[in-house]
Amino acid sequence: MNLLKLVWLELGQRKTQLISGILAITLGIGVIVAIRSISVVSEKAVAINLDNLGANIMVLPQGASVDNYYAADIDAPTFPEEYVERIVTSEITGVDNLSPKLTRRIDINGQKLVLTGILPKNELASKPIWQNSGLFGAELNAACGPSPSNESLGYKDEKLQRKSIDSLGISDCLIGSNAASRLKVKEGDKITVSGTELKIGKVLGETGTIDDDRIFAHLHTVQNILGIQGQVSAIEIMGCCNAISDGLLGKLRNILPDTKITTIGQIVSTQIKTNQLMNQISLIILIIIVFVGGISIGNYMWANVNERKREIGILRMIGYPKSSIYYILMLKAAIMGLIGGIIGYVAGVLIAWFLGPYIAGINIAPIPVLLLWSVIISVFISLVGSVLPAWFAARFEPYSNMQEV
Amino acid sequence: MTTILTVQNIAKTYNMRDGIVYALNDVSFAIKKGDFVSITGPSGSGKTTLLLALSGLIRPTSGQIIFEGKHLENASDKELAGFRKKHVGFVMQNFSLIPYMTAIQNVMVPLSLNGHVSAEQQVLSSAVLELVGLENRKNHFPRELSAGQQQRVAIARALVNKPSIIFADEPTGNLDPALSTEIMEFLQKINKELNITIMMVTHSPQAANYGNAKIMLEDGKLSR
Repeated sequence: MNLLKLVWLELGQRKTQLISGILAITLGIGVIVAIRSISVVSEKAVAINLDNLGANIMVLPQGASVDNYYAADIDAPTFPEEYVERIVTSEITGVDNLSPKLTRRIDINGQKLVLTGILPKNELASKPIWQNSGLFGAELNAACGPSPSNESLGYKDEKLQRKSIDSLGISDCLIGSNAASRLKVKEGDKITVSGTELKIGKVLGETGTIDDDRIFAHLHTVQNILGIQGQVSAIEIMGCCNAISDGLLGKLRNILPDTKITTIGQIVSTQIKTNQLMNQISLIILIIIVFVGGISIGNYMWANVNERKREIGILRMIGYPKSSIYYILMLKAAIMGLIGGIIGYVAGVLIAWFLGPYIAGINIAPIPVLLLWSVIISVFISLVGSVLPAWFAARFEPYSNMQEV
Repeated sequence: MTTILTVQNIAKTYNMRDGIVYALNDVSFAIKKGDFVSITGPSGSGKTTLLLALSGLIRPTSGQIIFEGKHLENASDKELAGFRKKHVGFVMQNFSLIPYMTAIQNVMVPLSLNGHVSAEQQVLSSAVLELVGLENRKNHFPRELSAGQQQRVAIARALVNKPSIIFADEPTGNLDPALSTEIMEFLQKINKELNITIMMVTHSPQAANYGNAKIMLEDGKLSR
């Protein structure tokens, strides 16, 4: 016999009361776990989707128009290419890929097209200082999704593939479908741009955007063609959605103060707002269960200690000090909280598992860390709700069990 | 024989709406080690209040209670709990068993207080249940035992810590005459063979006759 066994025997004696006592906490924890499970997995799913969209942050010179995200860099003023290095060598996390660009309108054989210089990924990664940054070759965070350069993912939308091109020769180019059609060229042909001959490596599929009229060539080739060496008109960045939520833009602005930094704002802000709403709902429910669960446990404990007055009197008579009675009841409260937290977590996981596909269109897997939080919150509420009844019970007179005084 | 318990001029008062009521008034006596003392008197004479005060369950309003040289009247709650745990066994009219514990578990409760590990608790409790003739009932719950058997479990629980003194409050009050005789003979046996002092409150003259000393109370005062 010891205090724990004594508590356990008493709990087993009053199972129905135990269930009713922890019901409010269990339900509350269950709802919170379900919401958190759905929202966390949903955040990850949306983050992956956003990341799959390709570059979701654009660094532009001050004064550039951002009315059209995909055309924002055309004819924009320029800024030094060295800014890429600033980003890569900074302490900023959440930048999964980036691509400096220089874009200008050009005229080829009377056709108005857009010439965009890009730095292929293999050149970015070849600079020793950038290799050490860990940006290239590092495993992506699971929340950030796969790299858009991974063609095995089978992207259907080629406008996204151009955001990160693995390799591009100094005299090669990629050409949009509309531009190829207007110039009547195909893969393997050569075109001349301001006296520089470029070989067409690939004709890109139709995207329905300005990209269909683009010719992509090596950044340094384009800089030479346009006569603006060392300058770029934009840097496209693939930022992890969660990192954007955590203030990636602000950090970028700090290191690039004279630029305009924009995102696929609506998508990101909508996701952020949804996440915030889910978190706020979780918080509200948490506050409710703190009160309702605490009151419920408190009520149960008041009823329990009054029902056990005689029994507590026996223990006091035998020699249990007040502190032991208090400890017994708080231990009981902690066990109830533990049971309530575990059952609540399991219930929440099941709710999320059943409802996740309907609510968020995703399959929900259990999040183990929520079990820890469920137990901590549940035990805390149970203990707080039991403080007064336990204090009251500890003050029962040791002759409470006797027939007369 | 040495004196185990000395009571000097104790009083216990309660403030009631119509004034102060004396449950005990200027009571003094001394009990020797190994005595079997019967406390008798009419209802409301202060018998149980006296028992509560002597066993450290309540404090007297005034006077002194000295147990083996130590004063109990001003002891803290913790000290009184320690005193009961170490020196006292209780046998109550209503048996005071914990209903969701088996006989042996009820007997083990005081042992856990005194720091015995589970295996020791099992051995000591089994031995004392054998002493009261309930070894084959040790895994029964109180509701599965007769009144006499429940009282014997209570006696086993009182004995298991080898107390110096047992306080019994109407130990035969809920028992028929045959069982009352059985319980009283058992208490007498404990008193004689184990030399445990017993102080017993009773209404029953037959039960009172088992004692070798008597205290009679009337209106909170010693009447004899």
